[in-house]
Amino acid sequence: MTLLKVQDLCVSLKTAYGRQDVISNINFCLNAGEKLGIVGESGCGKSITALALMSLLPPDSKTRGRIILEGRDILNLNSKEICSIRGNRIGMIFQEPMTALNPVKQIGAQISESIDLHLKLNRKQTLERVTELMDKVGLPVDRFGLNLYPHQLSGGQRQRVMIAMAIACNPDILIADEPTTALDVTVQEQILNLIRDLADSSGMALIMISHDLGVIAQTAQNVMVMYTGNIVEMGSTVDVYQNMLHPYTFGLFSAIPHAGSSSHLERKRLTSIPGQVPQLHQRPIGCNFADRCMRASKICKTKEPMATRVSDHHQVWCYHPLKEKI
Amino acid sequence: MRIFLVKRVFTLILTLLVATLVVFVVLEILPGDPAAVMLGVNAEAETLNALREEMGLNRPVWVRYTHWVASLLTGNLGISYTYDVPVSELILSRITVSFPLAILAMTLSTLIAIPLGIIAASNHNKPMDFLVMSFSQIGIAIPNFWFAMLLTIVFSVTFRLLPAGGFAGWDAGIIPVLKSFLLPTIALALPQAAILSRVTRSALLEVLKEDFIRTARAKGVTNQGTLWKHALRNALIPVVTIMGLQFSFLLAGTIIIENVFYLPGIGRLIFQAISQRDLIVVKNLVILLAGAVIMINFVVDLLYAVIDPRLRGGSDA
Repeated sequence: MTLLKVQDLCVSLKTAYGRQDVISNINFCLNAGEKLGIVGESGCGKSITALALMSLLPPDSKTRGRIILEGRDILNLNSKEICSIRGNRIGMIFQEPMTALNPVKQIGAQISESIDLHLKLNRKQTLERVTELMDKVGLPVDRFGLNLYPHQLSGGQRQRVMIAMAIACNPDILIADEPTTALDVTVQEQILNLIRDLADSSGMALIMISHDLGVIAQTAQNVMVMYTGNIVEMGSTVDVYQNMLHPYTFGLFSAIPHAGSSSHLERKRLTSIPGQVPQLHQRPIGCNFADRCMRASKICKTKEPMATRVSDHHQVWCYHPLKEKI
Repeated sequence: MRIFLVKRVFTLILTLLVATLVVFVVLEILPGDPAAVMLGVNAEAETLNALREEMGLNRPVWVRYTHWVASLLTGNLGISYTYDVPVSELILSRITVSFPLAILAMTLSTLIAIPLGIIAASNHNKPMDFLVMSFSQIGIAIPNFWFAMLLTIVFSVTFRLLPAGGFAGWDAGIIPVLKSFLLPTIALALPQAAILSRVTRSALLEVLKEDFIRTARAKGVTNQGTLWKHALRNALIPVVTIMGLQFSFLLAGTIIIENVFYLPGIGRLIFQAISQRDLIVVKNLVILLAGAVIMINFVVDLLYAVIDPRLRGGSDA
């Protein structure tokens, strides 16, 4: 069952060079219980896409297209209606647990806030719900009191509080925007497993945003690869990871360093994609990746590529996908 | 929290002691013999010496210092050279004018400034924000003595609603006292409110950019809700800092307004005492004001800890 449908989503922001589209032509569907990964370099529009779903974009931004949640277009809702969706139907976890919690409020109060807003519970039930949530995210109340302040917790613990806040009202969709990027490697795994297990047990859909292909592989069934504000490849994680078609996806995979793959004697240079991500106001006509692409031809620099459907679950936006001979 | 309090009280006492030392040393170094001033230029050397003996000026420095600190603790501050009344009595009669005036002005200023700052911040870059900021710009630009005279001309001379100056005295009852305080309070409060509203606005705007504000909105809190429940308390630190500074200023620095309204406050007393070399009054007034400022800072520090748990120190916060 389709839960969320995003159609022709474009977001433009005011920049020093005038109004620029930060993301454009974003189309995807999210089914109930589905786990979707969005992967790409910083600045590719992953977070903007997530914030657009929550209607949390900066006030000077403009959004076009449609974001349909259960038949209603989020972009047409008034502020009261949108507030009843945020935290209630869609929960969100942010990247920076150090700054994403209010430093002067106790964590219990921060977790119960969305419960108070959206669920009609009495005091006792709210307290029970908060206790249950703290247990779920691995912060048992008998050891971590509700009256602790964020600065008394570690980064991983704060991220657990964030997760408890995001799932407090049993949302249909949980958006996790780089939830592990700011954490120690040893904690990353625990947090990822926690998010995945919570999504599995409650049946909520998950949108996992990361620049890390490993994180996506661990958590997502389907994946969307983004580059400079566009989707370049989309499909089931297995398809995309095993039969990647877009040269950019290939570049991303080649750039993963492999521990132990090169011996001490023959130390290879890390592979990187040649060139640089174009600035917002310097995005080329045609395919945005053309200037950095080994396979680019004349048409790539004149006309934006359309989606090519390779299989039921696999699409690519490229004139010269990898499996095709040049 | 307890460790924090103990530490802070200890620093408070130490600072007060250092302040007494500084005030004493500075007045010791200053040229001018109070005994010579009292007796005039033609005084006999013997008379002068007798007076110096009587005033305790011939005793060693450290004896006079400890004697003074002890007198501060007992409140028995000695007799004013020029007024010939006990210093404590003199200061008390002036404090009962200056202190209520400062409290009134601070209260009025806060009541105006904080709501205005909130209104401006929640309407950022909209006409309301512009309006509030223009008023506060005017409030900052106008010198308060001129504003005080303007108030007198309008309310006392033209409409004859309020006294133009003077202090009715506490014996006259609360209404006449409030009447004589009203114009000075307004004259003192409005320029302070202008500054404080700007501080409130900019502190709020700064906090509204923080990540945790976005988190609150992601939970479904409305814009107004995030402002009141999440931003305001975080924005209070700079506001409380400025309020502390303003209150210190209102206690000690109101000499101009006291002169415009002929109010017998501390500002005028200190001015007169200095020009008449009434050192015993100067010394005690200065330490009183220094002590007041130190106490205000102490209270501000405690407020910081109340507002922000991170500033409480220790693990038992």
